[in-house]
Amino acid sequence: MVDRPTLGHVTRDVQPGSSTRLDHYVDRYAARTRGMTASEIRALFSVASRPEVVSLAGGMPNISGLPLDVVGDAIGDLVQEQGTVAMQYGSGQGVPELREQICSVMALEGIEAHPDDVVVTVGSQQAVDLVTRIFCDPGDVVICEAPSYVGALGVFRAYECDIVHAEMDADGLVPEALRQAILATKAAGKTIKFLYTIPNYHNPAGVSMSAERRPEILEICREADILVLEDNPYGLLGFDREPHRALRADEAEGVIYLGSFSKTFAPGFRVGWALAPHAVREKLVLAQESATLCPPQFSQMAVSSYLARHDWQGQIKQFREMYRERRDAMVEALSDLMPAACQWNVPDGGFYVWLTLPPGIDAKLMLPRAVTARVAYVPGTAFFADGFGTSSMRLSYCYPSPERIREGVRRLAGVLEEEMELRETFGTLTDPAPDRRAVPRSDYDSPSTDLT
Amino acid sequence: MTATPSETGPAGRVVVLAGGLSHERDVSLRSGRRLAEAMRSHGIEVEQRDVDAGLLPALAAQPPACVIPVLHGESGEDGAIREVLELLDLPYVGSRPAACRVAFDKPVAKSVVARAGVATPDSVALPHEIFRELGATAVMEALVRRLGLPLMVKPARGGSALGASVVHDAAALPGAMVSAFAYGPVALVERFVTGVEVAVGVLDDGEEPWALPAVGIEPDGGFYDYTARYTAGSTRFSVPAKLDDDVARACAEAAVTAHTALGLRDLSRTDLIIDDAGTVWFLEVNSAPGMTETSTVPLAAQAAGLDLGEVCGRLVRRAIARCAPADPPA
Repeated sequence: MVDRPTLGHVTRDVQPGSSTRLDHYVDRYAARTRGMTASEIRALFSVASRPEVVSLAGGMPNISGLPLDVVGDAIGDLVQEQGTVAMQYGSGQGVPELREQICSVMALEGIEAHPDDVVVTVGSQQAVDLVTRIFCDPGDVVICEAPSYVGALGVFRAYECDIVHAEMDADGLVPEALRQAILATKAAGKTIKFLYTIPNYHNPAGVSMSAERRPEILEICREADILVLEDNPYGLLGFDREPHRALRADEAEGVIYLGSFSKTFAPGFRVGWALAPHAVREKLVLAQESATLCPPQFSQMAVSSYLARHDWQGQIKQFREMYRERRDAMVEALSDLMPAACQWNVPDGGFYVWLTLPPGIDAKLMLPRAVTARVAYVPGTAFFADGFGTSSMRLSYCYPSPERIREGVRRLAGVLEEEMELRETFGTLTDPAPDRRAVPRSDYDSPSTDLT
Repeated sequence: MTATPSETGPAGRVVVLAGGLSHERDVSLRSGRRLAEAMRSHGIEVEQRDVDAGLLPALAAQPPACVIPVLHGESGEDGAIREVLELLDLPYVGSRPAACRVAFDKPVAKSVVARAGVATPDSVALPHEIFRELGATAVMEALVRRLGLPLMVKPARGGSALGASVVHDAAALPGAMVSAFAYGPVALVERFVTGVEVAVGVLDDGEEPWALPAVGIEPDGGFYDYTARYTAGSTRFSVPAKLDDDVARACAEAAVTAHTALGLRDLSRTDLIIDDAGTVWFLEVNSAPGMTETSTVPLAAQAAGLDLGEVCGRLVRRAIARCAPADPPA
């Protein structure tokens, strides 16, 4: 038992202590950790992981249709027959057989590539990291679509890049916006290191770059001597058509192409890749060796075995049909239930709908109300580096069942109506309009890894 | 159904309830992990559980010796989960439901504590409907006229400063109201007191409740918001707070008075501000105070030479003893 101090004398009975920040290293962190803080938004996403909540926030692929018996047999045989190789260190560039298979996958999008130019990475997320690592010094500019993938923005911030956004429309990145971004950046005396683009079934915008626009975008970059980082995790998940022709298919030297098995097979293996011009590839391999020694050998061989044994294209077809059903459920529910002033796109592939709210509604401020109503989404500001996107949100249809999607949209519509009522009460008094308040930001208002 | 009460022996299996569906779920999970670790280091058998449809069947299948609800926000601090624990005749650590309901409602708690003689800043609690019915501009003008500036605006129920903001300029009041109403239907608008912010834990593990050393709070950004609370390194804590003896005594007395007046039990934390004149102002009380790595109660306990696991063990044994057949619940 502890001696209990007498009431009123407690502060005299304890050892005088000094002040503490509860983090001994607080003054030693690198500048790039600024913004790595707890946030209300991340706290709210913690609730979104509960089953009571319809999460339209997360981008988790729905892999319930995978043939687990086939995968299980493949992995069992892998251990039995090649276990000592699979569980050993491997090449920094990746398993040769898998790199050959990756070339077959990319051929579906018109890419002719040699396995020597492929570097396997820990998901395409690591490929974004490695490319940024070898190209960007602090203050260098990366041009990104507006909006852009939150995970890539996080990488660019970690390397202290300046992010310049260029507008998109229903046909993807707007060429004139790209020209203007390049001109303005160069006029400001800054160095552009690359354009980061997700041309197919964009995360979060849900749109694809039109076939007509692709040569123009490539030409603009060629003229300005700007490298293109083509991130394409969703390219094979189109609902109504053959895969789009990759930018890389028409420009071998000026494009680094990133691919992933996370959406076409399963994200747990963490296998993605970069296809890069020879000299760049050499540096990526060295960077990969520095980062991980080698990408996980076991995962690569498991993916390779799955590709060799299973009708993986048939599996992707099953995924496409499942996602199409979910897309239909979401779009129908939005049409039926959302207030007229909302706007959204109808994606023809991928996972996401980008929804724009009525003027004056702030999606981030509304999130607590949504969580109370047991529905979650990602506020639009997460996808911008400059504070824009307040009146938008990303809705994912990839994971919940169609019935749950409809229920989620029903809840969201109710939340929005309440918020509109509140804005009607206070709205004319809250100014300036949110999107005109845009300021550079460095926080991380993104879903945690179990939701992305 | 429950373990034999004992003042010194092992407490038996303890279930720590953490998580839930409130906006403070993440904080609760962190608090639960911290408490569970602290108790395990004292040899106490601990199971951490979320509050979901599986909870009651699990408690029925294997009744614990005691439950510690470490749930923050709705259902955790509003008394709901404790009502259910009482229905199940399970011993639990912490305040009874009725006291929680009063303490969780900030405007009600302020009036109770004020009646007990502790100063609390002038405030007004209003539901969002009243602004619509009467016109937001007129109501807000009246608020500013009455309370002055700056103002603290926060949800009437809830914690971790979620939805709370300081308003220095009347033009920012509408935005602050909207932020508060995102978390609940009633907002508390309070005169902002400039001064030294302290948190005082009250431990009720003997004959009478007593105050742990006050913890001084100096957030880097000036406002002890969610980020400042849960990001290690972004707030400077003084333990004990650098206060004159008489002020420290006044803080301790204010916290114990709040704890007693609200009928709280076992453990609470009272948040106070000391203005330049040395007046101690009551802000709010927490019946399930945070126990995370950056929370103030564990810091205060440590400064008082207490071990968190040992304190929990003692509170568990008291809770069990309260429910023993010879000593029915109050």
